[in-house]
Amino acid sequence: MQNARLRLRGASSQATTILITLLGLLVLTFVIGRMMPADPVRAMVGEDATRETYEMVYHQLGLDRPIWEQFLRYLGDVLTGNFGTSIRTGQPVMQDILRAMPATIELATFAILIGAGLGIPLGVTAAVNKDKWQDHLIRVFSLFGHSMPIFWTGMIALIVFYAHLGWVGGSGRMEQFYIGMVDERTGFLLIDSLLAGETDVFWSAINHLILPASLLGYSSSAYITRMTRSFMLDQLGQEYMTTARVKGLSRRQTIWLHAFGNIRVQLVTIVALAYGSLLEGAVLIETVFAWPGFGQYLTSNLIIGDMNAVMTCVLIVGVIFIVLNLISDLLYRTFDPRTK
Amino acid sequence: MEKPVLDVRNLAIRYGGASRDAVRGVSFTLGRERLGIVGESGSGKSTVGRAILKLLPSAQITADRMQFEDIDLLKASERDMLKIRGRRMSMILQDPKYSLNPIQRVGRQVAETYMRHFPATKAEARQKTLAMLEAVKIRDPERVHDLYPHEISGGMGQRVMIAMMLLAEPDLVIADEPTSALDVTVRLQVLEILNGLVRDRGIGLIMISHDLNLVRNFCDRVLIMFDGQVVETLNAHELDRAQHPYTRGLLAAQPRIGDRRKMLSVLDRRPEWSQEIAQ
Amino acid sequence: MTVKDTDMPRQAMKMPSSLIVLRNILGFLMRSPTSAFGLIVLGLLIVIAAFAPWIATHDPYAQDLANTLQAPGNGHLFGTDELGRDIFSRLVWGSRISLTIIFLVSIVVGPIGMIVGTTAGYMGGRLDTVMMRITDIFLSFPSLILSLAFVAALGPSLNNAIIAIALTAWPPIARLARAEAMTFRKADYIAAARLQGASDMRIIFKSIMPMCLPSVLIRLTLNMATVILTAAGLGFLGLGAQPPMPEWGAMIATGRRYMIDSWWLVTFPGLAILTVSLAFNLLGDGLRDALDPKQMNRR
Repeated sequence: MQNARLRLRGASSQATTILITLLGLLVLTFVIGRMMPADPVRAMVGEDATRETYEMVYHQLGLDRPIWEQFLRYLGDVLTGNFGTSIRTGQPVMQDILRAMPATIELATFAILIGAGLGIPLGVTAAVNKDKWQDHLIRVFSLFGHSMPIFWTGMIALIVFYAHLGWVGGSGRMEQFYIGMVDERTGFLLIDSLLAGETDVFWSAINHLILPASLLGYSSSAYITRMTRSFMLDQLGQEYMTTARVKGLSRRQTIWLHAFGNIRVQLVTIVALAYGSLLEGAVLIETVFAWPGFGQYLTSNLIIGDMNAVMTCVLIVGVIFIVLNLISDLLYRTFDPRTK
Repeated sequence: MEKPVLDVRNLAIRYGGASRDAVRGVSFTLGRERLGIVGESGSGKSTVGRAILKLLPSAQITADRMQFEDIDLLKASERDMLKIRGRRMSMILQDPKYSLNPIQRVGRQVAETYMRHFPATKAEARQKTLAMLEAVKIRDPERVHDLYPHEISGGMGQRVMIAMMLLAEPDLVIADEPTSALDVTVRLQVLEILNGLVRDRGIGLIMISHDLNLVRNFCDRVLIMFDGQVVETLNAHELDRAQHPYTRGLLAAQPRIGDRRKMLSVLDRRPEWSQEIAQ
Repeated sequence: MTVKDTDMPRQAMKMPSSLIVLRNILGFLMRSPTSAFGLIVLGLLIVIAAFAPWIATHDPYAQDLANTLQAPGNGHLFGTDELGRDIFSRLVWGSRISLTIIFLVSIVVGPIGMIVGTTAGYMGGRLDTVMMRITDIFLSFPSLILSLAFVAALGPSLNNAIIAIALTAWPPIARLARAEAMTFRKADYIAAARLQGASDMRIIFKSIMPMCLPSVLIRLTLNMATVILTAAGLGFLGLGAQPPMPEWGAMIATGRRYMIDSWWLVTFPGLAILTVSLAFNLLGDGLRDALDPKQMNRR
């Protein structure tokens, strides 16, 4: 009874926290939008519009109102789902972003699978062999992944694996001549090509995906390795590990059944957070690989100073981060018996 | 006389990187009896317990003889030990708060001992576990079976520990300070349960403790350890007739109810005690 | 006899204690090959930046249209770029830009993070809640994307890139300083200082901040790797240093067009970024072990 009440209170305070964070996010994007040096009116009406048209648009956009009124207007727009139109494409910004999102999600999901598949075993190995050569080797390997400028590694990998060795596909999501061959149903090329029964397109997509996803995954594995190692070290020193050994379990069994079993929940939360920070690498790697995703949309609009697009992109990234944080928190609460 | 369960002669243990043996010249035999090992912290008593289970990966163990029933522990490989630990000898650790896995249900942890050593279905293991929980006087085994360690008290945790370690009916149990982390009020209760099970099942028990009174009441014989060596071996009821000055010092440092109050004597530790036995 | 005995320790104490600590830390770092590598690379970087005019073989801005896209060798150690400029010399001069970015970001971010964090942690209550909420909002962005947005808002240039990076880099420092301050705030010596009538300001500056300093310094060192990468990323996207500045990220961006035939245009600047950021990471890693024995296990 009291437990339930406490949890309810916890949930409601968390909801307030999220609301405040969201509001802060909106303030931030609003400020960024207002600071833009590019003149949004000029961008809309064109260079040779008359002074009257300019002032009319200026008034329509509410730019002559006090700043707090402009903010309320922005808030209202966002709440009603109106994020404005892109100057470049003339489409509603949200529609553009939603179209670009699947490509990025496909890339990021593959990358996180690679990152976790690499980072978790390495982290466990490093912890089990603490201060031995394996530990040092893994430390250097993962710091290396953390230190590489991913846009540069992307180019070098393209030169080596695509231009010279020809092992993988080059830029883009698939070979040029496949473009337009499959209908966009979900936007996820791997799924769409299978739905259409076009296995050639599917393999072409995998071929193009593997290089950028591996690079992103490697760079995110550094964080996962480090956290896995530190979580494992906490567990390996615990007395219950001795208990398990006394029961007759081998060292390997105690490591995987007990120590690793106990950090699974923590790992899921870490991987969820790492997934969010993949977006960062995605911005750069999409530029290098001409990947038509969210990151490329953001950077191309940054350069031409499309205010609506930039504000919305930043807002979306913030929201994704908040949601991922929330999910990892919820997972932790649900699956760790001690938090009940 | 029946064959001893454990026969240890001239055991020496040195930790990796240490310049001096942590334990040396320790010899004793254990039948189906209760043997106490008493000493201060750092005297090497816990190290002896872990060495018998061969759970000291970084330490070097040497002895003239280390025989457990039909097994020569000195020659036993890690693979042999996996079949022996938990099944034929086990150890009760000090504090259930740390020695139970915090995020596994209690029942599953107890059943793991059984599943590890017998070809059994989950249901059979569960039956065994429930019976064992009942044997350690847990009143509602079905309920406790599904609890997490943080949901049960220390006394109950230690009873779960006992259940876990006796489930496979081992011949030798080492209890490493089994009650020092518990409230004084439940200590006796837990000890009675352990004592009863050990006696009924004819298990050889090594009780490692710093508490002379406890060992005196629950053990048949007592080894007194000082600085990695056994200074004296006595029958528990003859403790008062101890010869060695260290044992006498330990006894004198005990407060007694009914005694006229005076200053308790302070333990005397002389370096020559470390040497005299070594020769 | 007695005079001699007491003299020895006293003399040792006369040596400034901070120097001894520094010497010990350096000794510790040099013992591990990885952090020694970091230290040496950064030492080299500083030397190169300081003596750039003497080390560089050519003028970094001098174009030589007769000698464009020359492969390494022939008087150009790392070859020439599309305008015939010597890549080695540009890298050497570019080290000054990198060091400037690191230095400016650190001296802005360190104090801001420290003040926000220690004040919030020490004062607690509503002030703490408000400050940490603001920190959280900044933290809820990946730093590169937030700096991208800031640069876009401020206009692309090296100075604005530095401001944008600084704006996004302080929250983790504040978080850390707050956590540290909260552990010290209940300590007896803080209570003693308060009983002696020290003001909150004085306690924060004199007692709390020095205690938080080691971990903040480690964090800053580790952060520098991220700063280098973010700055290079901004340069690459054309939002940081503008051509013809020899900034390493911008050099990669311009070299990208020629990368298939003239690999040296992108390879050497990239290696420079990688080496420096790896050096900072290795050094930060070593510092963590050196200064923080209680956290030895956590990397």
